[in-house]
Amino acid sequence: MKLDEFPTKFPKLPGPMPIWHGTVDAVQFRSLCEQVARGGGKLVALWGSDELARDAGYALHVSLVTALGMLCLTLPLPAERPSYPKISDLFPCANRMQRATADMLGLYASGSNDRRKWVRHRAWPNNVHPLRKNFDGNAVFPTETDAYQFVKVTGDGVHEIPVGPVHAGTIEPGHFRFSIIGERVLRLEERLGYTHKGTEKLFERMNLEQGAKLAGRVSGDSTVAYAWAYAQAVESVTGTTPSPRAMALRAVLLELERIHNHLGDLGYLGNDVALAFGFAQFWILKENALRLNNELFGHRYLMDKVVPGGVACDLDAQGSERILQMLKHLEHEIGILKDIYDEHAGAQDRFLTTGRVSPDLAAELGLTGLPGRASGQAWDLRAQFPCAPYDKLDVRMTTHINGDVAARVTVRFEEVLESMRLIRLILDQLPAGELRVTVGDAPENALGLGWVEGWRGEILIALHTGKDNAIHRLHPHDPSWQNWPVLEHAIIGNIVPDFPLINKSFNLSYTGQDL
Amino acid sequence: MYQIIKQILRTGIKTETPPQPDDALRVEIQNLQEQILRHVGGALAIRCVDAGSCNGCELEIHALNNAYYNIEGLGIHFVASPRHADMLLVTGPVSRHMQVALKRTYDATPEPKLVVAIGDCGCDGGIFGESYASCGKVSNVIPVDVAIPGCPPTPTALLQGILTAITGSTKAENT
Repeated sequence: MKLDEFPTKFPKLPGPMPIWHGTVDAVQFRSLCEQVARGGGKLVALWGSDELARDAGYALHVSLVTALGMLCLTLPLPAERPSYPKISDLFPCANRMQRATADMLGLYASGSNDRRKWVRHRAWPNNVHPLRKNFDGNAVFPTETDAYQFVKVTGDGVHEIPVGPVHAGTIEPGHFRFSIIGERVLRLEERLGYTHKGTEKLFERMNLEQGAKLAGRVSGDSTVAYAWAYAQAVESVTGTTPSPRAMALRAVLLELERIHNHLGDLGYLGNDVALAFGFAQFWILKENALRLNNELFGHRYLMDKVVPGGVACDLDAQGSERILQMLKHLEHEIGILKDIYDEHAGAQDRFLTTGRVSPDLAAELGLTGLPGRASGQAWDLRAQFPCAPYDKLDVRMTTHINGDVAARVTVRFEEVLESMRLIRLILDQLPAGELRVTVGDAPENALGLGWVEGWRGEILIALHTGKDNAIHRLHPHDPSWQNWPVLEHAIIGNIVPDFPLINKSFNLSYTGQDL
Repeated sequence: MYQIIKQILRTGIKTETPPQPDDALRVEIQNLQEQILRHVGGALAIRCVDAGSCNGCELEIHALNNAYYNIEGLGIHFVASPRHADMLLVTGPVSRHMQVALKRTYDATPEPKLVVAIGDCGCDGGIFGESYASCGKVSNVIPVDVAIPGCPPTPTALLQGILTAITGSTKAENT
């Protein structure tokens, strides 16, 4: 099947995003993936599902993006020895997704040499798979020894530094294995999965209404993006259209989330190069934004404010005015702080050329989201496939080609300013309308996809419905899946003390990938 | 440098008055209290452990370091090793994959030590509860002195919980 034919042969899913879904065979599956990879497209997510109860074995699903939009492929797999053609040779980021799908569902990528477990450590044995329907989510297994094969680097003077899972700072848990010579890093290997807490299995106990709260807690720092993606998926399967007012308010919340996360990161990036002044200043600005969130919307991080059917908050003229005042102050302060960062020799010396991912490497590895844009990967859903209200705002995408820490700092500065511009435009013409419309019933065995540009990058929620508005299967996908493996490349040749800085400049989610 | 000093002076002092301790947050009576106060002597070293959270609670722990809450101004600071810590600040739910690491961190913290569990998940398992992958609340894995609910708890609530843990019970003092 030719790639161009896909949208003509298969239906577009209801909703604002250009997403087509079709069931294909293994040959078509592989061929379509090859065409997307060759044409410069990318892989957004890969997940599996257990369809035994429907007498349909298992299924493997992938979401691919091309200039047309998203193509979602479903490949049915047999009940006995379910396997599918690997795609990690086409999209390197698929490697961990394939391994996670083997851990969670027992679906194997044929032809893949890397059979190591990924999400599984010691909570359940090798031969059981938590996302199979016959797996009891409350089962507790005797703990096993957790042997994991790291790639060994050998040679004169090479030694290893193991770091984590408990890290020195207040950050999420994960393990980093550095192989170094002197101070230079020869190789970094990540081991994640420590925060795996059964999120996907938990979704399957919930109905469409209950799932909204959990979606907002897949990764707490991106709660608006996840909640919106979830709402979009539910609205797609139920044929619900939120009011223009609700869509506008969602965008205000999403941009506020982007602003406060970027401000926090800009502060920490200063802190990590011994410019504690930067931390103090940016975190005052962040705290101001969080307090205003709490005052206007009732939650500092805006949790549970985006709901299927619309929003669970409102904004009056006075509230709009408060936001505009906050933005005005923010703009003034950011102007001063950006000049100070730009002029600070010590900071720039640490930022420039550190943790560089060239645009070629970024394209090859599928670097996405904010770090992708800092390495010339021009993908931003708000600009490319804008849903309301972005379709009227002409979003300016920020890209840089240096791909170093300095570029990731610059992208953050520019994106904060763009988010401020967008909020101003939205508030200037905030449409009237219902805050939340009634969400109807969903048909059984339907697929809904929610796709939102969060501050880290694109968030995908893939929702498969069951009977009576139950969730049959839900896969939340964080861009960190794509970007963690690239961090391993970004550190090569840098010195160990620069790792915290490089890591912070990516600021990836552990919980969003461990699930 | 001139620009930095000018900005610092223009910003001024943002630090606010910290909250009072709250006995309601105590999980169990702290027998070690006097001993700890003697050791801590107004300065406290905290080691944070994310035992499986959604990263929401971590955001608020970070906020404690901002100029408004200025936790270091109270003599409380975050340290990089449990060996240097008087208190563990633990967010949950405790994933089964973090169970061993959390126990080891607890064991590595010298006596006397305090444990403060943070957030709805740390207090009772929260939305994640107990499952094949989650041990639920922090006290299912290590002993907890003070638990601070909230999703996530505000920095003020965190500060109050931490101060509750390091001050003697007001009830005990009254008797």
